[in-house]
Order: sequence, then C-alpha cells, then structure tokens
Amino acid sequence: MRELSLHFLDIITNSIKADAKNIRFYIIVKDNVLNMEIIDDGKGMSEEFLEKVVDPFKTTRTTRNIGMGIPLLKQAAEAAGGKFKIESTLGKGTTVKASFILKHIDRAPLGNLADALIPVISENFDFFMHYEVDGEIFIFDTKEIKKMLDGVPIDSQEILAYLNGYLADNIKNINGGKIL
Amino acid sequence: MKSIEEIMAIRDKMKAQISNRDNADDSTETRIVVGLATCGIAAGAVPVFNAFVEEVQKRNLENVRVVRSGCLGMCKLEPMVEVFVPGEEKVTYVYITPDKVKKIMDDHIEKGKVCSEFLIQEA
Ligand SMILES: Nc1ncnc2c1ncn2[C@@H]1O[C@H](COP(=O)(O)OP(=O)(O)OP(=O)(O)O)[C@@H](O)[C@H]1O
Ligand SMILES: [Mg+2]
Repeated sequence: MRELSLHFLDIITNSIKADAKNIRFYIIVKDNVLNMEIIDDGKGMSEEFLEKVVDPFKTTRTTRNIGMGIPLLKQAAEAAGGKFKIESTLGKGTTVKASFILKHIDRAPLGNLADALIPVISENFDFFMHYEVDGEIFIFDTKEIKKMLDGVPIDSQEILAYLNGYLADNIKNINGGKIL
Repeated sequence: MKSIEEIMAIRDKMKAQISNRDNADDSTETRIVVGLATCGIAAGAVPVFNAFVEEVQKRNLENVRVVRSGCLGMCKLEPMVEVFVPGEEKVTYVYITPDKVKKIMDDHIEKGKVCSEFLIQEA
C-alpha cells in the first residue's frame, strides 16, 4: 500500500465489517513518531483467531484464506521502525495500534487522509477522529455533524463532497506546513 | 478554511430538495458500488470512490448513491465498480481509474449507455 492513509482505511473497514457502532481513530504526531490507534465496539475476536489474523502464514493449508489487511499494516509499521499491536475481546471490540518513525527511510507517506476517510462516513455508525500534530488538535466527530444535519443523511453525496474539502483543509491546517 | 457551519446551508438546501421530491425510494435509486477491501484499496479504489462522489454531486443527481463494499471477488481486476440501475441487470466495470469515472457518469449514469470498453474482456 502506497500511503499510510490507505492502510488506516483498510483497518477501519474491518471495524465496519465487525458491525461496530462506534469507531474511534487517533493520529498523534510527536517527537518524530506517528502513532495511530483504531478502537471499535464491534464483535471482536477470540485469542486463538487473533493469532491467525496477525500471522496468516502460520496457519495450516486447510484453513480458509485469511485476509491481508492486518499483516500489511504490521509490516508497514515494523518496516518504518515502529510497533504494531492488536487487542480484541469477543463481543466487546478491537483496538489496533501502530507507530511509525517519521523520518525512517522506509516509512510510507501519510498521503491523502481526507480522501481515505470519506468512504467510512455513514448513517449506520459513528466515526470519531482525533488528529494531532505537535500539540495542535483537530477533532472530527460524525455524531456532532449528524446533530447539525438534523435528519439529512451524512452519507449523501453533497455532504460527502463537502466533508472531503472540510477534512482536507483542517488536516492541512494542523500539519502546519509539515509534509507527513 | 472551510468551517463546519457551512454544512447548515447545504442541509437547508437539501431539505428543500427532499421535500420537493415525490417519495423517491430505494427502488428508483441507482447505486454505484466501489469495492473497498484490501485488494481494491491497494489498487487505487479510494480516488475512484471520491471521483464518483464528486461527479454525482456536481451533476446534482439526487437519485444516485455511491457506496462502498467489501471484496467484489476478483482481486486481480480491481479497482472494480458495480452499477445497479433499477430494472436493469448489474454492470461490472474493471480496472477503473478516476479518469474513467467521467465517462461512466456521462454515458452510463446520465444516458443509460453501458461503457463496454470497461467491462471484463473475454480471453
Ligand atoms: N476490528 C475487527 N473486529 C473483528 N474482527 C476483525 C477485526 N479486524 C479483523 N477482524 C477479523 O480478522 C480477519 C482478517 O482481517 P484482515 O483485515 O487481515 O483481512 P480481511 O478483512 O479478512 O480481508 P482483506 O484482505 O480484504 O482485508 C477478518 O476477516 C475478520 O474476521
Ligand atoms: Mg481487512
């Protein structure tokens, strides 16, 4: 995957598939490290299953082909001198954490985060983002936006097109000239 | 910089449109489905998704929705897009890029003409 934003979208779509009603997404850039965390209240995984998900090649040939989304994120973090962690409780939810050394030569760029987030904005669940660079914070919370919309669906095309520009503007502002 | 208050103006405009429309429902809605599993995302489906959102919004098409889906089953052919026009068979486009989106919007969504050059080609 060329951009970290695409990895993050991929992990967020796992939360959607797990029927999460609330997805919280944190990006915090500080002291040459980009930390990201995705917390959902979806159906979670058993410990045994979790092991296979992180390391799909450990499993025997007879098991079904497990996806690549999580192993790819793990690989991207570790290649960039960072760490990866996933925790899950069946019936409760899942937390995925990854860190990346900003100046590491093998770190993928963050890329177009606004573009990557538009597909996860939905009437069916809520999405919260905390985006922080060097102490400057931008909060994006679909719960709040839905209140303002007063019944107009947040995933209608007019709103999504607007939110793309809104996210892009605010993320750029928080970056303060930094190219992430 | 865009502030979230601007969304109120869009909301009010849309509320007026919705009440003008006579009971449009799902059965009259055209759906553009973009595959956004790992395979689709890696192949470039995100800019394709946003290009569709932008084109639908620009053309003011009220009865067209762009939605994401999981793996559409043939990872090698991603980015894949399925178009559901009410009363017609599903059309599956393969290897879609943002610059092909305009043609699909012009020909298929607006004029009802399938873009045969973007279909799966027989071997
Ligand atoms: N947040 C989550 N909550 C519950 N189960 C999850 C979550 N994330 C992943 N899983 C489980 O782990 C599996 C593997 O996830 P992974 O993202 O690696 O691949 P995938 O989603 O199956 O396929 P793809 O390659 O398209 O991503 C999922 O199929 C799902 O069963
Ligand atoms: Mg996945």
